[in-house]
Amino acid sequence: MLAKRIIPCLDVKDGRVVKGVKFVDLKDTGDPVELASFYDKAGADELVFLDITASYEGRKTMIDVARRTAQEIFIPFIVGGGIGTIDQIRDVLKAGADKISLNTPAVEHPELITEGAKIFGSQCMVVAIDACWNEKMGEWEVYTHGGRKATGISALEWVTRVEKLGAGEILLTSMDADGGKIGYDISLTLAVGERTNLPVIASGGAGSLEHFAEVLTEGKADAALAASVFHYRQFSVQEVKKYLQEQGVEVRLS
Amino acid sequence: MIAIIDYGMGNVQSVANAFARLGFKTVLTGDLKTIKNCTTLVLPGVGAFGRAIKELREKGLLEHLREREQEGTYILGICLGLQLFFDSSQEDPGWGGLSFFSGQVVRFPTSVKVPHMGWNRVYHNNDNPLFEGIPCGCHFYFAHSFYGFPGGEELFLARCRYGVEFPAALRKKNVYGLQFHPEKSGEWGLRVLQNFGRMIIDAGNTSY
Repeated sequence: MLAKRIIPCLDVKDGRVVKGVKFVDLKDTGDPVELASFYDKAGADELVFLDITASYEGRKTMIDVARRTAQEIFIPFIVGGGIGTIDQIRDVLKAGADKISLNTPAVEHPELITEGAKIFGSQCMVVAIDACWNEKMGEWEVYTHGGRKATGISALEWVTRVEKLGAGEILLTSMDADGGKIGYDISLTLAVGERTNLPVIASGGAGSLEHFAEVLTEGKADAALAASVFHYRQFSVQEVKKYLQEQGVEVRLS
Repeated sequence: MIAIIDYGMGNVQSVANAFARLGFKTVLTGDLKTIKNCTTLVLPGVGAFGRAIKELREKGLLEHLREREQEGTYILGICLGLQLFFDSSQEDPGWGGLSFFSGQVVRFPTSVKVPHMGWNRVYHNNDNPLFEGIPCGCHFYFAHSFYGFPGGEELFLARCRYGVEFPAALRKKNVYGLQFHPEKSGEWGLRVLQNFGRMIIDAGNTSY
């Protein structure tokens, strides 16, 4: 049986991990590679590096992060943020990343999904969707530019469209739930899962062990992504997985 | 020296990194001359079947791989690399494969999410050194929409279930194929590559 995946997410700026990370036993808590290695040993199934660097120069450091990570750890990882062309996708994959995720560029240039899938395969084309409930629309709306720009696009329609365009996986962030630690957005995750045959990584809202179980069972997500609960050591990846196993969820325990 | 064949298809660096971590000498190359001088060949690859065959043909590698298979060179195919060992694929019906294994590469049924993405349990036969020291039923990382199915089960080294039962590892004489990514399957994945490396050393196929 396919295991449900637990995926820590690292926000990287100018090649350094941001969001205060409290790891006393790491020499350099700001080094994404060292942190990646830590999470690999802790049992993470996959990792996401989200590049939030603003400058072009700074972005080049992400290639170096990908290259060094691929030399150190032997689990899959996704690089997202700041990737908007075929050449940039190629560079990141060549460095050793397994997948790239597209958010704003996917909305602005949907043909990029198709072209990337044709060249590199759908399995490495992740479309990241930031969704927020819009009361007027009566549905979830897609946001771009790091959640700053509303697009008027229905999230559920967008999911159907990106699947047709050649996406291989959906990284779904609920902006309503993100940062609140009140649990993943189960209704959004479930609705998206019903619209697509692609694997769905749920993101935003993790605050307790129960939240992980909820989104992977009731929400039918294939993977659960979290950042602060792991970075601040509220609990470890291993603790989450042990809890899930007790709840009868298939996980990979090494 | 192990040649890791680079034919322009996605993340092949990680395969080289994994072998490097294990202390094996590899060369990541798409150059026919260099590959001719290598004693062992690894054919990795992510991407589409047709495009991969086209790239291999243009580099003169399709014919070379067929010759090496006949000569008894150890060849390891990973993911798409394994699929290229078959006769053809539903992914790109117009293209012929290497035909090391007879049969077709087919798509997963619609009853499951496609791609088959993530860690799944692999059950090996316990009768091949490739899986020595690896618990039966532990997880390996998969990322694919198609799988190859040979005529019979006599080539199976390991199997996996996802909607259907399909071969996770196959072997015919000197040709080995893995549908999962050993270079992305953590500790047990590295162990598979180490076992493969040991096997070729034991066979005197290469020197280190």
